[in-house]
Amino acid sequence: MKVLVTVKRVVDYNVKVRIAPDGSDVDIANVKMSMNPFDEIAVEEAVRLKEQGKVTEIIAVTCGTAASQDVLRTAFAMGADRGILVTSEATLQPLGVAKILQALITREAPDLVLMGKQAIDDDCNQTGQMLAGLLSRPQATFASKVDLQANEALVTREVDGGLQTIAVQLPAIVTADLRLNEPRYVTLPNIMKAKKKEIETIEAGSLGVDVTPRLHQLKVAEPAGRAAGVKLSTVDELIEKLKNEAKVI
Amino acid sequence: MKLLVIAEHNHKALAAATLNTITATAALAQAQASHPSAPQALELHVLVAGHQAEQAARQAAQCQGVHQVWLADGPAHAEPLAEALAAQALHLIHTLDPALASDTSAGGKSDGLRAVVLPSSTMGKNLAPRLAAMLDVAAISDITKVISHDTFERPIYAGNVVATVQSIDPVLVVTARTTAFQAVASSVTPATVTAVEAVAPASLSRFVSQELSKSERPELGSAKVVVSGGRALGSAEQYQAVLTPLADKLGAALGASRAAVDAGYAPNDYQVGQTGKVVAPNLYIAIGMSGAIQHLAGMKDSKVIVAINKDPDAPIFQVADYGLVADLFEVVPQLTEKI
Repeated sequence: MKVLVTVKRVVDYNVKVRIAPDGSDVDIANVKMSMNPFDEIAVEEAVRLKEQGKVTEIIAVTCGTAASQDVLRTAFAMGADRGILVTSEATLQPLGVAKILQALITREAPDLVLMGKQAIDDDCNQTGQMLAGLLSRPQATFASKVDLQANEALVTREVDGGLQTIAVQLPAIVTADLRLNEPRYVTLPNIMKAKKKEIETIEAGSLGVDVTPRLHQLKVAEPAGRAAGVKLSTVDELIEKLKNEAKVI
Repeated sequence: MKLLVIAEHNHKALAAATLNTITATAALAQAQASHPSAPQALELHVLVAGHQAEQAARQAAQCQGVHQVWLADGPAHAEPLAEALAAQALHLIHTLDPALASDTSAGGKSDGLRAVVLPSSTMGKNLAPRLAAMLDVAAISDITKVISHDTFERPIYAGNVVATVQSIDPVLVVTARTTAFQAVASSVTPATVTAVEAVAPASLSRFVSQELSKSERPELGSAKVVVSGGRALGSAEQYQAVLTPLADKLGAALGASRAAVDAGYAPNDYQVGQTGKVVAPNLYIAIGMSGAIQHLAGMKDSKVIVAINKDPDAPIFQVADYGLVADLFEVVPQLTEKI
């Protein structure tokens, strides 16, 4: 069984982003970049399925600039077999990425597509669902457990009320939530081996899909701030404040 | 011009999030009306796709501003699966705006469909992008404000940045952050409920089972008071023993940080944060949690925040109105007793 896993290069989750002086976007120059944490979970799941003997090949795909090779190398060090980098000068938005992936999937015909449920930069939480819609294939989003069988996958999903388990026919698109697994740390020997794995570079334009951005970001701003309040020393004081000052109890 | 809300419900009643979504849609309708080439008539439609869901449909009809409710009733919609719901929504969209059936770029006409709006819940997040892709338009996630007929504010980077985005698509597919919009009021003159054929596509997915947290407490997303616990609680037993009495006394919902959920102290649906639930109660009591930015993203719009933590340097104190630097195991029982 063949698995395609998608990875995105994003600002590291520990970095507090700054807004560029002209307010057009966040300033990501000289900021630490990493693989989107949810994508790391998706890669880990693919690698575990391969270790269980259920999967024979893992193809990692990223879209972006040449710099996005980094996250493919990380995926290789974790256990992905080969990589595809789709380059684009234009800003890619979820619909454009979904169309690129649709074109690659037609060519690669994977049985399962594993993706992170959302990227922590734009917080869109869209690409997996869009890809499933474009392909008219089933989707299992927000997965916390994946049980891969011959023709279907049983997926437990984290939903608002608790957990839901659904069965999706393969090929299917599964997006990973936080508790699907805990990604492994990459080891030095694996990082060295990762350098030898093959990356195929494809220009987005050559896939014949329309990746024109549909949304224009007009500006970005800091949200209304919240000033730190007061530190109190006793429970009585707290109750007094909540009753008489804040009037919330 | 038509705007369509896809309702989240449990067949008997609308989910609270649907009421906020209708308000967001009304705001979007108003923004269409104030646009220079304003359409003559604006209609707010609601789709209720369910199984024996007439009660939920009737409730939708009683919401202020709703013109028409469409009820797609059938066993295919007994459980909310994205594949069936997207097919059903598309079917209705093509009925409301036949031009879209042959040409996805034909939307947005003065008598056609302008927008589809869903709550930014797991149901809405699951469905909206699938439907958007089928309509060949962008999805706009988690809007917190309608700026104009095509422009919205939405949080990015875990709520540390607010982006203003403008769509060029003829049809807008939007999910609304429910805490950013009030619940809709009820109307004295209910809208019509009309049945539509329940569309069941070839089954690509099937429901197997669910484990829903059963609770007598208010729903986390819409509770007036939230009592939330972090890793410092130390165990599932202590989480329950310390927080439950306080939550009972305040009639509060229980919440948790990611660390507490990962450690197994609380179920996944208690998680508040960037990737969990976003809440904005009148009172949020954060107990034994540090306040990671991913957590703050889910609660910093609360009206009043109380933080209880042993560590005076915990980031949670930077957003708290009232902080208590103390051992939670000492002060929370005191608070419960005296409040």
